[in-house]
Amino acid sequence: MSFRTRTTTSRASPTSRFAGRPARMSWADAVVAAAVLVLIYLTLRVGQGTTVSFSTSESARVDTDPARLPYDAARSLLRMFVALALSTVFTFVYAYAAAKSRRLERILIPALDILQSVPVLGFLTVAVTGFIALFPGSMLGLECASIFAIFTSQAWNMTFGFYSSLTSLPRELDELSRSFRFTRWMRFWRVEVPSGAIGLVWNGMMSFGGGWFFLVASEAISVNHRDYALPGVGSYAGAAIADGDLARVGWAVLTMAVMVIGVNFLFWRPLTAWAEKFKNEQAEATEVQRSLVLNFLRRSNWPRLLGRLTRPARHGLARAARVLGVDDRPLRIDPGRRRTGDVAFAAVAGALILWGLVDLGGYLHARTGLGVFAEPLVVGLVTLGRVVVLVAVATVVWVPIGVRIGFSPRLTRVAQPVVQVLASFPANFLFPLAVWFFLRTGLPIDVGGILLMALGAQWYILFNTIAGAMSIPTDLREVMDDLGVRGAQRWRRLVLPGVFPSYVTGGITASGGAWNASIVAEVVTFGGTTLTATGLGAYISGATQSGNFPRLIAGVAVMSLYVVGLNRLVWRRLYRLADARYAL
Amino acid sequence: MIFDALRKLRPARSPRDRRPPAPPRAADGDVLLDAGNVTKSYAGADRELPVLEGIDLQVRAGEVVALLGRSGSGKSTLLRCLAGLIPVSSGTVSYRGTPLTGANPGTAMVFQTFALLPWLTVQQNVELGLEARGVGALERAEAAVGAIDLIGLDGFESAYPKELSGGMRQRVGFARALVVEPDVLMMDEPFSALDVLTAENLRGELMELWESGRFPTRAIMLVTHNIEEAVLMADRIVVLGSRPGTIRETFEVGLERPRQRNSAAFEELIDRVYRTMTGRPKEPRVPGRPEPAGPERRTYTNTPLPTASVDGLSGLAEMVAHRGDRCDLADLADDLVLEIDDVLPLVDALDLLGFGEVRGDDLLLTRVGAAFAGADVQESKTLFAEAAMGAPLVRLITTSLRQNPSGALRAGFFRDLLAHHYTSEQVDQQLETATDWGRYAELYAYDADPEEYRLDEGAASTPR
Repeated sequence: MSFRTRTTTSRASPTSRFAGRPARMSWADAVVAAAVLVLIYLTLRVGQGTTVSFSTSESARVDTDPARLPYDAARSLLRMFVALALSTVFTFVYAYAAAKSRRLERILIPALDILQSVPVLGFLTVAVTGFIALFPGSMLGLECASIFAIFTSQAWNMTFGFYSSLTSLPRELDELSRSFRFTRWMRFWRVEVPSGAIGLVWNGMMSFGGGWFFLVASEAISVNHRDYALPGVGSYAGAAIADGDLARVGWAVLTMAVMVIGVNFLFWRPLTAWAEKFKNEQAEATEVQRSLVLNFLRRSNWPRLLGRLTRPARHGLARAARVLGVDDRPLRIDPGRRRTGDVAFAAVAGALILWGLVDLGGYLHARTGLGVFAEPLVVGLVTLGRVVVLVAVATVVWVPIGVRIGFSPRLTRVAQPVVQVLASFPANFLFPLAVWFFLRTGLPIDVGGILLMALGAQWYILFNTIAGAMSIPTDLREVMDDLGVRGAQRWRRLVLPGVFPSYVTGGITASGGAWNASIVAEVVTFGGTTLTATGLGAYISGATQSGNFPRLIAGVAVMSLYVVGLNRLVWRRLYRLADARYAL
Repeated sequence: MIFDALRKLRPARSPRDRRPPAPPRAADGDVLLDAGNVTKSYAGADRELPVLEGIDLQVRAGEVVALLGRSGSGKSTLLRCLAGLIPVSSGTVSYRGTPLTGANPGTAMVFQTFALLPWLTVQQNVELGLEARGVGALERAEAAVGAIDLIGLDGFESAYPKELSGGMRQRVGFARALVVEPDVLMMDEPFSALDVLTAENLRGELMELWESGRFPTRAIMLVTHNIEEAVLMADRIVVLGSRPGTIRETFEVGLERPRQRNSAAFEELIDRVYRTMTGRPKEPRVPGRPEPAGPERRTYTNTPLPTASVDGLSGLAEMVAHRGDRCDLADLADDLVLEIDDVLPLVDALDLLGFGEVRGDDLLLTRVGAAFAGADVQESKTLFAEAAMGAPLVRLITTSLRQNPSGALRAGFFRDLLAHHYTSEQVDQQLETATDWGRYAELYAYDADPEEYRLDEGAASTPR
């Protein structure tokens, strides 16, 4: 082949290349159109319910007629997706600010690190009180509080992931953007978001899975001796549990399972399959995500038509966004001015934080004195013990099983989606069944609490162990077979080192999840019976119910401290070890 | 189509697009890029470590300039300084007489790794530069299709980069740069990620296009470590020396295009450039006096270990031994299909160890070198151990360990010493080579976990 040496005047107009296949209406188009129509109708219909007025003096009464379940499920779903949308917007703004501003980065990233360790459920009360005050007399306040709880369980993770993809943008892509003088808008949407898209989608999916837990926990809540309830699956289940009606609890569990699987099938699978196109590898991948729904959508003409219809708007937006400036970095920076700016920024930020601390100290001092921290510190040790036992037992149980599954492609195909659903299924849904079991067998809640916490947390260990076992190259296993390395030696030399890096990732998530779960797992109710364990989770839960803010603040702060301490002292070291020695 | 009709209705559309007013086309010989006394240094442990020093360079309209140098000579850094992507530490870079304050508006870059956005089609990739300038969609598509045709990519417009071969991907890189019609096309080792045949083909086509007079840019700046590529393409070859990068020599290439590889003048020029690249820097040397940095005066500060593995350098020694202890370097590299970048560190290593030396165009083995090449594993280890003590850093580590009562020292100790003279990347490289050599020579062992060097006594006396 050689470069053309004559100018091409005869060829078709360049725009004809956009046109693609002729727009033929197919049955796929009709189905997609109908689906979209139904979706819009449902959203509007369900969305109306969120602004219904209610008065705080009424006590919440949830109708547990199973016929109401579809509506309740739709309300719950709407909440989940609104929270996801908010988390995505937050991710873009926060991560972008942290990645672009050297000064903001120094505050935003450590803050994110701490926010990640704060037990979300502990703050639910504060959120409920605040939002009800914001929207007096409307259901919207409660709705916002619930969305806020889900949001806080999703946002930090996604933001961290996107921030690290922003800061680790391949050098040549950064240079490409600057050398060709991209506008900032273009750099963000053409380079930065696509580079981070896969991470964002997968993180979003994982966080969304974790969000169900908080949905269930936040729909029915009692603050300051008052019960609040929003229509939703969580509150439905809560009411059914309060009535001790196991059949209706079963209906709720079924609905929940349908929702988790349905959202996975209709939303996340297509999205992850679609995100494959953002893989920044230059070769065709062998293992790709597939989705029936995405294939169906692609077969219809709607994506193309939608692309063509929105093109003027997109172009207009890109044009308007030129005011945001060109992606360029000044070659000369005045060190004096930079330093002055740094000092001023540090002074203002430091003063604000100090002021906040002094104010908090004063508040606590006036109410209870700093001695309020003593009790949570002590009971925290009990919960710490539960977390340690949980992680240890889950490791012993699930690592061998995970390895077994991961080594067999056939088992993996079957087990992986199942485990994924189990991991996102809100464990607090199953608590009443467990309590019923405890009551029957006489197992004390102090021990049973570990089981409850494990219901949600253990799957992360299993899930990651499977992934780790899958990542062990086949030739290494063949070498072991060849050399006759079997049994304990094989585990010590190949299997354990091989799964270690993934296991550590799972362990961090599991232990973080367990801490959070302790808030709902150490105090459980079924019918008229309430079981209370000794522990930090029960302490926070108690402070929430009685609206004792100093105790709540102390409890949440101490739990954050434990989580951060455990991460720093144990998990992060293991992480470094895995990275240095056992990375395959 | 509808768009065609729209276009006919509104013929006055394109001039309204806000394309920045193009500067008048530069006449041949006008200075486009001008670097004046440019230095570039990176922060070291206690002082700035220079990468480039005292660079004076001009790029004029109508010429192809090749920046040639070994890896680490700062040639890519210089290219990025000229493109306004990284700031210079001192000196000035100007485009058409205006000092740069940000990315150079008159250049477009072609990358070694292509830097295509995998989520965009070929055409969308090519349009990026125009989109950034706010050119309207229709005009943009037209220009992109023109560039795609020019570069021989027609038919691939709607393909995604991952469906293309390496050569086709780099064509997209060229089309993307050419479509914005920059004054200077900047190419950072554009052919080095391609296989030999593809690279040859693409080079040929590019130079054909350059000669045809339809090339959209006024000058080309090419960074390469391939001597033949430089001689094939450039009007002027600027050879950079290492540590710090300075302009060692400039060659004017007066050869007619297309250049004949087997012509005497071509081969002669290649040999001259080769000598400049392999030889020691030309320093004012008084005839009859010994070389300024003889083996006695070598220290770890002025003589870094070349990045060469023991296997590589003994392989080279054996090759030379097969050819009668002496052979032409350029021919050897050619026969082995190795780039000069791969061969030169090995040659340097042989030289440093006293196993070989470069005389003129030839590499010849010394007596020890010949013995090393012919030895079995145990003998070669003994010979290598003796020779390695002549390598400053290996000697430093060995003697430090011997003087230390415990016979062990943290790697951090040597890291700190080196950090005064090398960037952290170079420090890692130096220690990596020193570890490899010392381990093979059984002078010392290195434990990665505590990051500690210790004397290798066990291996020297009795094997466990």
